Order: sequence, then structure tokens, then C-alpha cells
Amino acid sequence: MGIRIIKDKCIGCKVCVPVCPTGAITIVDKKAVIDLDKCTLCGACPSSCKFKAIEITKEEAHVVDKSKYKGIWVFAEQNESKVQGVAYELLGEAQKLAKDLNTKVSAVLLGGPDIEGQVNDVFAYGADVIYLAVAPELKHYSTLPYTRVISNLIEEYKPDIVIFGATTTGRDLASRIAARIRAGLTADCTGLSIDPKEKLLLQTRPAFGGNIMATITCRSHRPQMSTVRPKVMRKAEPDHKRKGEIVRVTPKIEKKDLVTELLEVIKDTTIKVNLAEAEIIVSGGRGLGAPENFKLVEELAGVIGGAVGASRATVDAGWISSHHQVGQTGKTVCPKLYIACGISGAIQHLAGMQSSDIIVAINKDPDAPIFKVATYGIVGNVFEVLPKLTKRLKELRG
Amino acid sequence: MEYGFTEEQKMIQELARKIAIEKALPIRAELDETGKFPWEVVKSLAEANLTGVAIDEKYGGIGGGVLGYCIATEELSTVCGGIALAFAATGLGTMPIILFGNEEQKQKYLTQIASGKKLSAFGLTEANAGSDAGGMQTTAKKDGDHYILNGTKQWITNGGEAEIYSVIALTDKSKGSRGASAFILEKGMPGFTFGKKENKMGIRASATSELVFQDCKVHKSQLLGKEGQGFLVAMRTLDRTRPGIAAQAVGIAQGALNEAIKYSREREQFGAKISTFQAIQHMLADMATQLEAARALVYSAARAIDSGSKEITKLSAMCKLFASDVCMKVTTDAVQIFGGYGYMKEYPVEKMMRDAKITQIYEGTNQIQRNVIALELIKEMAAKK
Amino acid sequence: MNIIVCIKQVPATTQVKINPETNTLIREGVESIINPFDENAIETALQLKEKHGGKVTVITMGPPQAAQALRDAIALGIDDVILLSDRAFAGSDTWATSYTLASAIRKIGQFDIVICGKQAIDGDTAQVGPGVGEFLQIPQVTFAVGIEMNDGVMKVNRLLEDTNEVVRVKLPALITVVKQINTPRMPSFKGKIKAKSATITTWGAKDLNADENNIGLKGSPTSVVKIFTPPPKGGGEVLSGSVDEAVEKLVTKLRDRKVC
Repeated sequence: MGIRIIKDKCIGCKVCVPVCPTGAITIVDKKAVIDLDKCTLCGACPSSCKFKAIEITKEEAHVVDKSKYKGIWVFAEQNESKVQGVAYELLGEAQKLAKDLNTKVSAVLLGGPDIEGQVNDVFAYGADVIYLAVAPELKHYSTLPYTRVISNLIEEYKPDIVIFGATTTGRDLASRIAARIRAGLTADCTGLSIDPKEKLLLQTRPAFGGNIMATITCRSHRPQMSTVRPKVMRKAEPDHKRKGEIVRVTPKIEKKDLVTELLEVIKDTTIKVNLAEAEIIVSGGRGLGAPENFKLVEELAGVIGGAVGASRATVDAGWISSHHQVGQTGKTVCPKLYIACGISGAIQHLAGMQSSDIIVAINKDPDAPIFKVATYGIVGNVFEVLPKLTKRLKELRG
Repeated sequence: MEYGFTEEQKMIQELARKIAIEKALPIRAELDETGKFPWEVVKSLAEANLTGVAIDEKYGGIGGGVLGYCIATEELSTVCGGIALAFAATGLGTMPIILFGNEEQKQKYLTQIASGKKLSAFGLTEANAGSDAGGMQTTAKKDGDHYILNGTKQWITNGGEAEIYSVIALTDKSKGSRGASAFILEKGMPGFTFGKKENKMGIRASATSELVFQDCKVHKSQLLGKEGQGFLVAMRTLDRTRPGIAAQAVGIAQGALNEAIKYSREREQFGAKISTFQAIQHMLADMATQLEAARALVYSAARAIDSGSKEITKLSAMCKLFASDVCMKVTTDAVQIFGGYGYMKEYPVEKMMRDAKITQIYEGTNQIQRNVIALELIKEMAAKK
Repeated sequence: MNIIVCIKQVPATTQVKINPETNTLIREGVESIINPFDENAIETALQLKEKHGGKVTVITMGPPQAAQALRDAIALGIDDVILLSDRAFAGSDTWATSYTLASAIRKIGQFDIVICGKQAIDGDTAQVGPGVGEFLQIPQVTFAVGIEMNDGVMKVNRLLEDTNEVVRVKLPALITVVKQINTPRMPSFKGKIKAKSATITTWGAKDLNADENNIGLKGSPTSVVKIFTPPPKGGGEVLSGSVDEAVEKLVTKLRDRKVC
């Protein structure tokens, strides 16, 4: 077990050498040699070798009997007793995966008493079964109570796959559950598919700030878990005639889990449209010149029903609250349309928005890096372009 | 490039460069526009222990000497000469205390400056006493256990922002060159206020203001050195701080050269990058060579001072003279290489050219430096007979 | 207060370049730094120590060169550092990493709070913090943008998508911090001198009494199948003409594609 160079296949082409982050590979007598003291088995080099001369083999511990695990579960994240859009996106995706696996899709819904009102929509968007756990302690998300309920459910019903939205709640929760039940968890996936031969879930996700994509699997442990980036998967067309089975669960609430107390929820009143859920985002950067000029961004966003985003520079300068920040240290978004106004396109910002479907860049500097990723670019002054764009779109929408 | 730095000097350089790039670079254009004081950068310099770079470890500093001080100043100046000056001018206000302070004064003031809690400034120049420092009119009249200061100092860097001031004032006009004395003053002392903040051509992130003394009563324990040593304090201080200004000039020039090289590799005219044109290449070569020579002279002077040598006046004046003249030439050439773009505020080099000019003027004009150097040469030759 | 901070040495991912011929990431020559979110974690710990007294220990799991990240931490003012390094740890995914870090924390002994950065900028998973919390059986509070301590009880302000939440949690607890929580201080010269000559305590699998089934490649439920570079986004067009003309072109294209 470990890593080895298949000497027959290695021709000493050196392509693998710069790929190693710890500099563990050297070429000696035209063959690659790996210094095992430096190698962290990160997995970067095997993919870089055209000749498949690098092999990482793994011996698995704690192997489970995979045949006992069936079904795809979607965590139906709710906030204020309303199921979030990302959960519906995941139900849509789960239905596709379920066809490849010939299995059912279940939703896991936890909440207070008024969560029952959401059940019909959850069926409409693709759940065949809903595991419903209702308790006053579950009304608002809290790590430990939710982890216990869902871990117990998984242990009892043994799903093959469990997916969550990669929201703050989803990432907080899934990590804790995976650690507790010893499951493989892949974060922030942008692609899910079923490997036809082994029927394994193939999870594709960005790493290195979005510079690379990694495909991950979980060979020997179940369930296979993922958190999935919002706005990447598509909701199915809701069918309100759909009905399904409700499995009522009596949630086990332990006092020792109630050690975190929610004191206050502070809403950001500058937010009109939720950035993570938005189909359209209009973003402002330093090129706006002054904080007042965010008005231009807000006007355009208002006309086309978009959310307002911001670069880190404007947030750091205090021009707008950090809930609007898009980028490596802000939010990662994936809307249909991202309009970047006066944003230069620093790598940290691109990491947060470059997977948007259509990117429009407006910047007076023709060499700004944002133009390299933009679908459409206008080299011009934001103060001229934005008002005209807003006006024209307003006219066309009537 | 290697300059024979010790491990510690390399650490000073790394820290100063990190602060320059992470803290000063993002705000230099804004501060040039608004003239706001770079307190955030000062805070980072304090965290890094660089505010005590030239102060002895005994007082909380790191004992980096004049060379350490020059290294830090050069790195900061490569990004912004104005922001660097907030740091460097403190060295000017601190040196009199290092050289002439008694133990009590050193314990009190040097520790405060080393920790970064307080900045310092040097008050010598007046409206009618620039190059002719002897023409100063600020008086300090003895009154029992106190001195009463009256007068105005002009164009004092860090004026208003610093809390510790080394001020030179006339205690006995009749004694000519032995008629002045040095004092340590603190912001907030009654009778000590500040005049207007100047609106300058360059180094706009640094604060330049008048110091106004109106019957400012100062206890005799604030006297630096002995009465009558005022001009001596000033001269000895400047001998040791000129390399710092020279380092500022070297840094500004390096920043300008870096921008010019970068731009020449991007700009295309006549179907080629202008970096392939011999005219540009020769300009860059001359700029770099002069800059390297200036740097060598600065390090040489700093090392001489740190080694305890007594013969530092000539070398110190030379490095300031040469580095500042080189800085003016290099920044002007950098603007030239940028062409029309170099003249526009959106590009960084016009600021560097504006920042450069003052290095030829303050801390002794280059004309005074030439006087100093010539007199030293003649003195040396006379002594040989 | 006994504070433990978990950090990771990562490549500066904003500096990596792609080799256009082989379409692979060039990681070589890229500076190794303390994960930026972990710098905020260290700063949080130092501020808590300055306010409430106590001790801060920084630990990291990595190959031998990760010791440099610990030296960088010493230069920031950290007194105690421990390197978890062993060939047996290589190939750890987030589950095995969490197990290993938690084992080390248990060996260190009593602690009041564990602080982690939200995520590492190479892996980008944000899973290790909560994983460590689970192995230590302590509550977790993620995405912290503000902390207040009073009499053994901690109030944390969490930065969520559109809201901030203030929660109260009993210690011991684990928190993960976001960048907006503070501005990390500069390393100090005196700190760098100390860091240079410091001996770094290193613990291997045996020192942690680690179960070999829970560490390294063997202990990792996930496997990397392949790594590839995403196709370059290019193929965009800059719309020419006057502002009015460019705006008209843009509006037409956007409406044709039915986005607005």
C-alpha cells in the first residue's frame, strides 16, 4: 500500500515533478523517484502522468457490507420552517442518480411543529419518502441535536448516499455526522454521477481555490456523503400531485446536546435578494470609486431582480457589509448571470464566481484580468455604462 | 542580490518588505490623495519590532543599528516614500536621545519609541533658518529650574502626530555656535501647539507641520546633553540620519525602476515591446547602475557608523547627496519610459517623481552637502601636512 | 485559559500556475504559507490570551517541512508548538486528519477552547474543524466572526449567508473562524529570532497511540480518483463600439440567452 512508480511505464518525461507540492519527485537515470519522507500521498501526481506510471494503492480499514445500504437521501434544509431552494435542487439531482441506481429518493426533514406544512412541496420536487423528525428543539438548526437525530436515522435505515447543500448549515452538519459515523464526505461538489461499472458515486469538486477539479469516491464505507454547491444542480419541475411515504421519527434529544444556545439572529437589512440563491448577481468593485456609487449597482440589480455582490476591497473599505462579499474569503456563487462592475478580477475574486454561467465584465481597464473569464465584456466607465444598461433593460422589460 | 546581510538584517528586510507590500501598497494612492497619516502601517511596524530597529535591546529595541534602519526604510520607500517617512523621521527624532540622552531620559523615551507607542520628530528648521541653521530665532530662556521656549519651527516631519520632539533652541544668542541647546518636548505640554499642516508636492502621506512655542515652560530635566551643545546635537544627529534619507531615496528609485521595467515589457509600439528598443534598454541600464552605486554608498556609510567610526561626516553627506540626485534622475526617467501614461495619476510613477524631489532638499540641501564634503576634504588634506 | 490552535501549511494557491501543455497545476516553487484562515485563528487565540491570560499551543499535521509553519507561528508570539509528522499520516483525508489532530489534543491534556480556521485554501473542505470537535466530543461553533468570553462561557457571533447569529456555548468548545474576525498581526523580529532557534517537538503515530486503522491512507474513507484542471473559461468577447452600441449588443445577447 502507498505510492509507487511503475518503472516499465515511466519514461522520465518530468511532467510530474513540478506538480508535487512538497517537491518529493526527482528524476534519477530517466526514471521518477519519490522521496517517501516528503510525499504526503495527496494524489496530485498520478493524474498528471499520461503514461499511468504512478500508482497509489490503498488498503481499506473498517470496511462495511455495502449491499446493506440502499437509497439516496437528501437533507431538506429548512430555515424559519421553510425548506431551502438548495434542497429542491438536490432532490432534482437525486432523482437522476436514483434512476442510475434503480433506487428511491428520500428527504430528511427536521424542524419544529410547523415544518409539517412543507411536506407537500418536498414530495412535489422529487422525494419518494420523507423521514420526518419534529421537536421544538429542532425548530432552529443546532449542530449536536441534528447530528444525533440524523446519525441515528442513518444507522437504522442505512442509506447508500446522503447529500446536503453546501450551505453554512450543511457544511457544519455534514462534517459532524461524517466524523461520527465514519463516512466519507466530499465537500462543495459541483458534479455528481454514478460510475456505471462499480455503481459508485463519483463526486467532482473544486480545490486549490478553484484552480483544479478533483473526482472523489468512497469505495468501502457507507453512506457516501457529499455537500453540494447551491445553484449548480437544477430543480425538477414540481409535480404537486406527487405523493409519498412519510416515516415519522421520534427524535432522540439528549440534554448534553443542548449546550449551544441561540441568543439572537441579526438580519442584514441591506440584503434584498439572497446572494446564494440568486440567479442573477450584480457585483461592484473598487472601480465604482466611492461607496455612494453602489447605488448604480443596486439600481441595475433591482431592475433585473438580481442580488448585489461586492469585491473584498469594497467590503474592507467599509462600502458595503461583508454578507455581500464574493470571493475566496467571501461567498462562492454560481448564478446564471454575474455582472462584474468595476472589478479587476483578482484571483481571489474569480475563485468565488468563475463557475457562473454567463459572466459580464464592465471595466475601464482593457487589461483587467476579469476580461479573461468574461463571456461578454464592455471596456468602459461604469458611471456611463451602468445607467445606460439599467435604463435599456428597464425599457425592454416594460 | 546579496549585500552581505547578516541573518538578522535579512529578517529586518523580510519584515519591512512584508509590511510594505501587505499594508502600505494598498493604501499609498489614497494617502497621497488625502494626506491622511498611515497609523495602520505604524501599528504593523510596531508589531514587527521595527519601530525599535535602531534602538538598543536594553530599551526594548532590536539593536539593528543604522544599517538596520536603512534596510527597513529602503523597503518601505520602494512602495511609498511618504509612508516610509513616517517611520524614518522617527529615527531623526530618536537619534539625539540615543546620542545625548542621560539614562533616565533613555529609559523613559527610547522604550516608548521602541514599542511603537509614540512617534518622535526633530525640530530644527525655521522659516528664516533652513540651510542657515545658525539663524534660528526660537529661544529657550532659563527661568529657575525651567526653560521658557518661544518661537516657531517650520516644516517638521511628523509634526502633530509625534508625541516626542527633540527641539533645538537658542539659550544664549551671544555665544554663537555654542548658543543653542537641545530639549525633549512632549505633545500636550502647555504652550506647545502645532501650526497648519502643509499641503505638499510629494511625500504627502507624511505629516509636515509647524511647531509653535508660546511661553512653553520646560523643566531642566528635559535638557538633552549640556547647555550650549544644541548645534553639536544637531550635527551629530544628522551625520547618523542622512543615510536613512539616502535609503529612502534608494527605495523610491528602486520602486520607480521596477515599474519602468515592468511597463516596458508590456507596452508595445511599432509592433514590438519597447523593452526591445536600445534607447529604453540603455536608459534602464543607466538607471539600475546608478541606483546600485547609490545603494552601495548608503550601506557603506551605514556600516561605517555602526562600526563606531568617528569619521562619518563626509561619507554620510556623500551618500545623501548621491542617492537623492540618483533618485530624482531615476524617477524622472521612469516617467519618461512610461511616456504619456507616466504623467497620469492612474499610474504610480508620477507620484514617485514628486516624492523624489524632497530628498534633494531636506536633511541638508544637496548644496549644503557639497559644502560639507568639500570642507571635510580640505580638513583631511590639511591634517596630512 | 488553555487554547489550542490547529493550523495547516498550504501552498499559496493564488500563486499557482497551470502548465498549458500538460494542463497540470505547477505547485512547485509556490511559497508555503500558514493557511490564511489559520492566521486569523492564531490571532484570535493571541487576543484571548492577552485578555484572559493562559497559554496557546499550536499544532499542525504535515510532512517535516510543516515545521516552518510552526516557526512562523512562534514569530507571531505563540509559545508552544507541536508537529504531528509520520509517514503513517500520509494520504489522510479529512476524517483521518481530524482523528489524528484530536488524538494529539487529548495527549496535550486540559484545554478550554480549540480554534481552527474555517477551511484550508488547498483542500477547501471546511471539514476538519467539525471533525476534531466530534472526536473530542465537544460542541462546535463554525463561521465565527466575533468572540466574547465571560466566566467560562463564550458568546460567538457567526457570519452566515444573510444573517449573523449570536450563540452562547459552554466550554470546552471548538470554533472555526472566518477572515473577517480580525486582522492578523505582523510577525515580530524578536519572535523570528526565537523561532529560528526553537526546537520543534514532533509526535508520530506511536506517540499518539494512534490506531493504525484510523490514520493515513488506510484510515481515509474517501479516495481521489483523478485530478484535472477545469477547461479555461476563455472564449469571451469584448463588445465594441460606443457605450450605447456596446450596451445594446449586451442587452440583445442576454435576452437571446433568456437570462434577463
